[in-house]
Amino acid sequence: MKPSANVEGEQTAVHFDAVTKRFDDVVALNAVTLGVGRSEFVTLLGPSGCGKTTLLKLAAGFLGPDGGSISIEGKRMNDIPTYQRGIGMMFQNYALFPHMSVAENVAYGLKTRRVPRVERDKRVADALALVKLKGMENRKPRQLSGGQQQRVALARALVINPTVLLLDEPFSALDKSLRTSMQVELREIQRKLGLTTIFVTHDQGEALSMSDRVAVMSEGRIRQLGRPVDVYRSPADPFVASFVGDNNRLRGQLVSMQAKQAIVALGDALVKVSGESLSGLEKSAAVDLFVRPEQFSVVAPEEPCAIKGSVVAQIYQGGHVDLQIECAGERLLVRSPGEQAVLRWPMGAPVGIGIQADRCSAFPAA
Amino acid sequence: MIPRSTYQRVLRLVGLLTVLVIIAFLVLPAAVVTIAAFNDKPILSFPPQTWSWRWFGRALAYEDFRQGFFNGLIVTAWSSTIALCVGGMFAFVIDRYKFPLKSAIEGILISPLVIPHFTVGLGFLILAAQVGLSRGFAVVVICHVILVLPFVLRSVYVSLRNLDQSYEYAAASLGAGPLRVLTTVTLPLLLPGLVSGWLFAAILSFNEFTASLFVTSQRTQTLPVAMYNYVREFADPSMAALSVMYIVGTAALIAFANAFLGLGKVLNIEQSH
Repeated sequence: MKPSANVEGEQTAVHFDAVTKRFDDVVALNAVTLGVGRSEFVTLLGPSGCGKTTLLKLAAGFLGPDGGSISIEGKRMNDIPTYQRGIGMMFQNYALFPHMSVAENVAYGLKTRRVPRVERDKRVADALALVKLKGMENRKPRQLSGGQQQRVALARALVINPTVLLLDEPFSALDKSLRTSMQVELREIQRKLGLTTIFVTHDQGEALSMSDRVAVMSEGRIRQLGRPVDVYRSPADPFVASFVGDNNRLRGQLVSMQAKQAIVALGDALVKVSGESLSGLEKSAAVDLFVRPEQFSVVAPEEPCAIKGSVVAQIYQGGHVDLQIECAGERLLVRSPGEQAVLRWPMGAPVGIGIQADRCSAFPAA
Repeated sequence: MIPRSTYQRVLRLVGLLTVLVIIAFLVLPAAVVTIAAFNDKPILSFPPQTWSWRWFGRALAYEDFRQGFFNGLIVTAWSSTIALCVGGMFAFVIDRYKFPLKSAIEGILISPLVIPHFTVGLGFLILAAQVGLSRGFAVVVICHVILVLPFVLRSVYVSLRNLDQSYEYAAASLGAGPLRVLTTVTLPLLLPGLVSGWLFAAILSFNEFTASLFVTSQRTQTLPVAMYNYVREFADPSMAALSVMYIVGTAALIAFANAFLGLGKVLNIEQSH
């Protein structure tokens, strides 16, 4: 089979071709096609039940597909059992063998590969050094902290030089500060080793910050596949718009449509948006406008603005302030940089809201 | 300390008393027998007027008891080991696979809990006579296997349920084939459950009386059967002395297992990891 190329033009390391998986009557994956480039870090992002973990399990071989094919490095994997796939995997609960020491855990994959003792010891030591766990060789997993256990799990998956690294929500059990530092560290190691990686998470922040590309999934399909910045800036559909990052949904009306640009009326104001997603809509059709909290600007109510409302909640976040502003019965989330907003727009203050028109996305009203 | 209301204090006292009474009832028979075992007189009376160790000596020296003890060890070792293998495999299949008539098979496997022991014993007696099987150890062992199987099955099944399958997935992802996963990950993690299953089976088998009465012969009689035969002829405290040794032996066995595996694991009330 000829390896297909992905967007970046590199060779495809993992390829899902129209993969379908059913559990009894439930379709968990519906003809999903996805190519992961060599050395690429691709995240499968979606709410629980969207099929992301199923797709990962299919790549690992814990499940078999009901349709379509999965290939790794150009080789069809459908009928190859997990233990012959050469993958490395990190589990949500780490799945460290509790009856083995740290060193034995890491050495496990080398023993199954019959790596000679001397080389094995060296590679275990190197892997533990890579994840900064030197000196922990003889501890049992239960004697380690959550972060250390995760490092052991990573070392165990990396030491076998896997063709693909599969990560199943590995950070979900860590507290926030540890999580961020582990994310950075994992990404550094992944870059250094040039390791093809498929990462599953429901945390959109994690997906945006770590990935080369993100596949946003829902109901067994990939809704959008793209770089984090593309997925955030130009969501492909309302689901992606509301799932990735914070977003406000506003009902507007299509005023005019010209080639690539549409003008949408929002109350008294007119907003220019990209017209691609609105093609085919009649004039004056209802439109859902998605505006990010940082695309709003708060102004004094007498100044020209799109919407008027009043402040109902202030959420001080240090570097920025999130304001909830009630406008005609709906609450909008508005992000104001710095901390002046706390004093400038107190609770109950009447305010006007302006919109950075070129950056929001619009879809036909649901 | 948090101040307590009178109501709470009364409730606490009542609770404490209830627990003590229940414990007393649980310990009562063993306590009575233990005290009776030290009676100097050759009658099973309570409480004794004079004290002696002599019935322990008599129980240990009595040939039928010695024979019964060793017969019991043979039967127990074989039956609980066979039950562990068979029950373990069934537990594995029931836990891991879906197949038609699964619940029916589960039902049959635990049916010895429903069928009285004397029925099993009688059934085997008739069957053995029918096929001309001599009343040797084989019949006793097979009979015991069937009686203890549900307990072993249950014990291994619970351990399997508690075993997180991601350990096995992790091993497979590291290149271990099914047999290697079984021997290096699954079985070591199941060990407490297997030991507890075996131990339960062994204790039940060693103490089993009703069915054993039917299937044992003079040559193969186990200790409980020997005790029954003894009590039909004699009524001296050597029975009680034997009971005390029984209790001490079993307690020592459990303490031993506890030292290695932890009581929670042995009794299978804790998760195995």
